[in-house]
Amino acid sequence: MDLSFNAEERTFQDEVRGFIAKNLTEEMKRATALTPSVFSDPDIGMAWQRALNRQGWGAPGWPVDHGGPDWTSAQRWIFETESARAGVPNVNVMGVKMVGPVIIGFGSPEQKNFYLPRILSGEDYWCQGYSEPGSGSDLSSLKTRAVRDGDDYIINGTKIWTTHAHHANRMFALVRTSDGPRQQDGISFVLIDMTTPGITTRPILTIGGDHEVNQVFFDDVRVPVANRVGEEGKGWTYGKYLLEFERGSGIASAKLREGLKAISDLAESDLTGRAIDSPDIATRISEVEVDIDALEMTELRVLSALQTGQNPGAVSSILKLRNSEIRQAVTRLGADVIGHDALAIEPMRPLYKLNHEPAIPEEMLTVVPEYLNGRAYTIFGGTSEIQRDIIAKMMLGI
Amino acid sequence: MDLNLSDEQRLLRESAERFVAGSYDADHRRKMANDPRGFSPAVWTQFAELGWLALPIVEDFGGLGGGAVEIGILMEAFGRGLVSEPYVATVVLGAALIDKCGNAAQKQERLPRIAEGTLKLALAHSERAARFDLTKVATIANKTAQGWRLSGSKIAVLDGHAADEIIVSAHIHDHQGPSGRIGLFVVPTQTPSLAISDYERLGGGRACNIELSDVQLPEEALLGDGHDALPAIEWAVDRAMAALGAEAVGIMQTLVDTTLEYTKIRKQFGRPLSANQVIRHRLADMAMQVDEARSMALRAALKVDAEPVERARAASGAKAKIGKCARFVGEQSIQLHGGMGVTEELEVGAYFKRLVAFDTLFGGSAHHYRRHAELGRTAVQA
Repeated sequence: MDLSFNAEERTFQDEVRGFIAKNLTEEMKRATALTPSVFSDPDIGMAWQRALNRQGWGAPGWPVDHGGPDWTSAQRWIFETESARAGVPNVNVMGVKMVGPVIIGFGSPEQKNFYLPRILSGEDYWCQGYSEPGSGSDLSSLKTRAVRDGDDYIINGTKIWTTHAHHANRMFALVRTSDGPRQQDGISFVLIDMTTPGITTRPILTIGGDHEVNQVFFDDVRVPVANRVGEEGKGWTYGKYLLEFERGSGIASAKLREGLKAISDLAESDLTGRAIDSPDIATRISEVEVDIDALEMTELRVLSALQTGQNPGAVSSILKLRNSEIRQAVTRLGADVIGHDALAIEPMRPLYKLNHEPAIPEEMLTVVPEYLNGRAYTIFGGTSEIQRDIIAKMMLGI
Repeated sequence: MDLNLSDEQRLLRESAERFVAGSYDADHRRKMANDPRGFSPAVWTQFAELGWLALPIVEDFGGLGGGAVEIGILMEAFGRGLVSEPYVATVVLGAALIDKCGNAAQKQERLPRIAEGTLKLALAHSERAARFDLTKVATIANKTAQGWRLSGSKIAVLDGHAADEIIVSAHIHDHQGPSGRIGLFVVPTQTPSLAISDYERLGGGRACNIELSDVQLPEEALLGDGHDALPAIEWAVDRAMAALGAEAVGIMQTLVDTTLEYTKIRKQFGRPLSANQVIRHRLADMAMQVDEARSMALRAALKVDAEPVERARAASGAKAKIGKCARFVGEQSIQLHGGMGVTEELEVGAYFKRLVAFDTLFGGSAHHYRRHAELGRTAVQA
């Protein structure tokens, strides 16, 4: 057993650091630090995706013949860790990490040839049409319907919590094409051009003051049958496959550590009257740091197991659950560390393009919005309650 | 970067699990609980034959040269069976301190005998007034014409009753007075004016308090040349905490397995307890905390030879986190067993008590989160 990197891995680490130093601009860094939502807006996020793609690193998890870099687990770890440490933009994962693997796994040759290069290059910007107002945790009860009409489906219904629908030119969606004996039957996976007539998007502001999610309405929207991925009625299988990607790319601890470091830096600064000098704050920072250490070790154990072809099992639910809970602990701690300044809320967005002097120091601007928006971490991608159901069923057999 | 077990490590785990499953059953544990020695000399001999006593001792002195990861593998299996042999006292603490602080003769005299099972040791460091602060030692070793004279009181000496020799820490007072250095002195348990009051330890095994009233020792009782032994003591206790953390993981895993089975069998309101979501979620949390604890024990083991602040933070972090997990898993195991969980008729209580003892030893969660925080700030200021 060995926690350290070998010579090749250290060379790769240098390569990643060199790439980041060359491509990450101060503007991108500042914009990322001042983004209190999950993903960077496309002006920042896609600039980074293009840089990654130029390097051949546009899609680390993809197979080589579709443009993946063929990294080992250790290399993926190094890449994610160095990226988090440097504060690179949070590229929207809907393309590379979500619809990409589904198209690779189940799409037609035409779909692969058309969509995959456009995901890599950032030419297409994707959003996910899964949840509906009546279908949250019970996702397979979804009602948005696609009715066959010649070579098209005609889609009616509505999707909600659609991240970046207001930026996206494409959506992958689960729609009901028939009613089967079980509610999971009769669901199909379709790719929708967001400029198709009949689609409208309504912004939803989250409690931190950010416009990241939307509700999308479909009113007799025509989508070619050729845009269906895989077989009709098998969408639930594809959708679940994708959810496993959403739950754990398996490397979250590095970002949590950077989040905690930002809070610790604030606690050590005169801006907070050195909050760290209060023993309860210092101890709570340690408690969160230790939780991150534990998550990091679990991630490394999983990566090691994957490297030798072992199946880590229901652990993606554990990783998702712990990541979300620790993230919330970090943001809660942040709001406590800044003391009275937690009373100030800056409504204007983006925070990196304010046209006025904010009421509190810039370093604190995202703290309260991140705490507030961060409540969503234990809800999206399967609530914590759903994850516990999965752990009980898959790990404990009950 | 690779956290998979090597073939040798896998074999070690298999043989340890086999031994515990085969020889360390409920009957054996009951016998041990009523045994005034608190452990079985026959089992100790088996440990020697299996090579476990030689495991971390360097090859030059009859050992196998294993590391903290191997110790952790063994300790996790010990936890599953609530093994009560004085392994931590003799092998993890005793042998490590002899190796770290002793001179060549002192090592040659003891390490091979530890490996072959004919010498048992214990460490007497903690004192009542120090609580869990390892730097506070009031026991004094005065230099005399013949050697040393020790006076003081030590508490919570793990398995001191079973030891042939107790390693006692004391402030060295030489002819010029207090030296500011802590020394480690090997005191045979048969020494006159050494009073040992031994007690049954919570969760199995024994511990003792000792009184040293002008204990006369020869020159060579001092390990090494009188360098300050405090860094070595901190190092050894960090190693012991990593080992005990692995043991706690084994204890917790057994509790989760047992509790899971019970909730499947026990029926109330016409259905098994496990049919209730509140029970399933509790068990999911318990399983998750065992997994987090396992990660922390492994992390502490992998960092026992890192530079001191990194090592100590890993050890304290593990001790704090595993202690927190242990309380949760232990208390919830009793809760889910209902009234029977609070009785001596099931073994759940015995496993729980060993977890409480784990959390208490060398300081509980709150103490170690504080130490972790203080060490972090030392690192920042340095």
